[in-house]
Amino acid sequence: MIGNGILKGLTETARNFFGSYVSKDRLTTVQYPEQKIPQIEASRNFPFLVYDGADWDAGMRCVACQICEKECPPKCIFIEKSKDKKPDAVGKAQFYPARFDIDISVCMSCQICVEVCPFDAIKMDVEFDLPTDNRFSGLLLDRHKLAKSNDYYHQIHPTEASAVDAALAEERAKTAAKAAAAPPVAAAAAKPAAPATAATATSAAPQPAAASTPKPAEGDAK
Amino acid sequence: MSTLTLPTPLTTSPEPGHEERLLEVSMGPQHPSTHGVFRMNVVLDGERVVRLKPVFGYLHRNHEKIAENETYLGSMPYTDRLDYICSLTNNWGYALAVEQLAGITVPERAEYLRVITAELTRLLNHACLLGFLLQDMGASGTPLMYAFREREKILDLFEALTGARMMCNYMRFGGCRVDTPAGWLDQARKVVADFPKFLDEFEKLLVSNEILMERTQGVGVLSRELAIASAISGPMARASGLNYDIRKVDNYGIYSRFSFRVPLGSHGDVYDRYMIRFLEMRESLKILNEALRDIPAGPIIDPKSKPRGFRPKPGEHYGRIEAPKGELGFYLISDGSPNPYRYRVRPPSLINLTVLEDLCLGHNVADVVVILGSVDIVLGEVDR
Amino acid sequence: MDLTAIQSELEKSIPGCRLEIVPNPAPAAQHSLVVDADHAVLVATYLRDFLHFDYCSNVTGVDFLPKELSEKIKVKKTVDGPNGPEEKEVDEVRKTTIPGYLEVVYHLFSTTNRTGPLPLRLRTPNRDLTRESLTLPSLTPVWRSCEFQEREVYDLFGIHFDGHPDLRRLLMWDEFTDHPMRRDYVDPDDYEYEPTAHDEVLARHRAHYSTGAGPAFPEGGGQ
Repeated sequence: MIGNGILKGLTETARNFFGSYVSKDRLTTVQYPEQKIPQIEASRNFPFLVYDGADWDAGMRCVACQICEKECPPKCIFIEKSKDKKPDAVGKAQFYPARFDIDISVCMSCQICVEVCPFDAIKMDVEFDLPTDNRFSGLLLDRHKLAKSNDYYHQIHPTEASAVDAALAEERAKTAAKAAAAPPVAAAAAKPAAPATAATATSAAPQPAAASTPKPAEGDAK
Repeated sequence: MSTLTLPTPLTTSPEPGHEERLLEVSMGPQHPSTHGVFRMNVVLDGERVVRLKPVFGYLHRNHEKIAENETYLGSMPYTDRLDYICSLTNNWGYALAVEQLAGITVPERAEYLRVITAELTRLLNHACLLGFLLQDMGASGTPLMYAFREREKILDLFEALTGARMMCNYMRFGGCRVDTPAGWLDQARKVVADFPKFLDEFEKLLVSNEILMERTQGVGVLSRELAIASAISGPMARASGLNYDIRKVDNYGIYSRFSFRVPLGSHGDVYDRYMIRFLEMRESLKILNEALRDIPAGPIIDPKSKPRGFRPKPGEHYGRIEAPKGELGFYLISDGSPNPYRYRVRPPSLINLTVLEDLCLGHNVADVVVILGSVDIVLGEVDR
Repeated sequence: MDLTAIQSELEKSIPGCRLEIVPNPAPAAQHSLVVDADHAVLVATYLRDFLHFDYCSNVTGVDFLPKELSEKIKVKKTVDGPNGPEEKEVDEVRKTTIPGYLEVVYHLFSTTNRTGPLPLRLRTPNRDLTRESLTLPSLTPVWRSCEFQEREVYDLFGIHFDGHPDLRRLLMWDEFTDHPMRRDYVDPDDYEYEPTAHDEVLARHRAHYSTGAGPAFPEGGGQ
């Protein structure tokens, strides 16, 4: 009978329509913004800078090595290195970025900056709700807007963040073990200065893993 | 000596003084059914197409010149944006060309992941296309949404694996960027197990639907000889009877381990092109089942590779893969520096458009949209 | 697919053609065959009809700038020694310039024999950007697939193809005058403000705004 094929197609459509009342699989519309799909863990949107501890300025992991700036394909990152150094999480004096701008109207979320960063300082955020009404400065994120804490990182990417923390702790344990096994002559010479360094070190960097490690002697506590 | 067969524009020889019978229409860059910013200058006699000239370049971003100023890795996110629906196969094509240029080997698990993601991409692309076919023919979006419902499941898989739904940036030179998260393989197996149900439903919509058969059978016939002469590749060539699937010819990756067939068409019309893609989806499911069953544990990237400082030795290479749209090739000339000297993308959509005029002559204007849909173009690839 | 065998067969069948094999140092060793412009169509037709290379998959243009090579060689020279003039071996730096040229590369495949890419190259005599120097024969009469790709090479490199049925610009608009993929292409000054400009882009930013050509936006990136 002519029209048989069309009727078969219509039964499919009817099955989908009536089926959407009974089966969750067929009703796929999510009424955003009242309902939201839960975030898939690995998803990425724009980068952010990670800081440890409570102070975003002092705890920032970025040491302004400018590798991400060089490797970024659309060149959306702009870094200005500081002239002085400040102590990082383990007390070692490092440069820090005096300016760190990312133009998110140019950024294509390729994640290459995250891949090449040797210090796990820049990671991908998941926020996509970023409208602004200022065309030029609204989409230019500076250091302060980019800085988000390590706890936030644990919230959005729990497995990744735990892996990063474990790797960083292992690295610090290794450098500390090396420093402990360093020539005992240097340690003996630094003995008079040791109580002073220990006191300043414990106050400068509260690190759970570093509780028993002596700080490297070249820290700026000297 | 010249055997060039150009389409001879039909002259309906209007009587002198009645030349205004021919109407030149621009099926312009803004059009809901031209699959992107694509323009066709069509000369019509009533409803019949007398001449057709495609015009494109509206999405030209000079990807090739950008690549000359970027490192090899820096071009990888740009390859995502070539055929923006199938970003993972673009990534694989580029990674394969660079690996063959530099002589890098890829570990097993990475090869399996590449095959899995490429075949999922093929499912995505063909589902998208079948949905758009029915949409262009006037089914006003309902079957399209069914196809996209399946597509969403696969896009969720990609987001869990690579971090992004469409611009995946997943392949690296020597393997893949990141390993599968916990539970991903099970989720993938579930999606692949549920897919045949959708294909059966869609088959009921397509196969014996009288409207579809009237509008697609005998329309836009491409002969095998013209297909070879015009270097048509992919499902469009196979619908015309040319048995050339690069997965079987070049045996790149580990495709020789999987048993799958290559469907061939006999008429070369629009109906054949759609049914070929439909059958290819079923073959892809077979490959996916085998790959998901056999994927070994192991490293996912060559241990010697590192993201920075990649400098292949001087030389050149043309590497190609069977992308869902056809033969996607990358031609690279390296002069030993971190940036390629010449980087060229061989886009299947552009080459497949060579015969658009041949296919459309003599048909009605309504058929032009259907024929263009069956060529399966994505302007990101045509224009680069 | 032995290139030397193909070359000797072509040289026998097409008298007067000049062929050259360009070795390819990459691991996959896709050596290419350079053909002179006068016999290109005959060679292509022979390849298609008798050697079954019926599938011309890819047509590319390449712009080779002149390269300067300097090598250190040892030369015997007469120098003034303590006991009068004597012959000594001295190091000398010899500079040679390899002239540049533009090239069109065709990748040929065979669907019947399933053999891999045979790159066929056509070269312009030099890099003079004049119409006579940049004319090459079109292989579209041999393989229809070259039609759009040769148009693209014309558009982006400026190489004019003799015998092409419809040579006009493909990707750029018709009134555009330059050829973007050439190595010496200079972008027009239509620069737009970018807050994170560095290096060459920053230099253009400064040049552009110092001429008073645009609004006085503060420099975002580099003070």
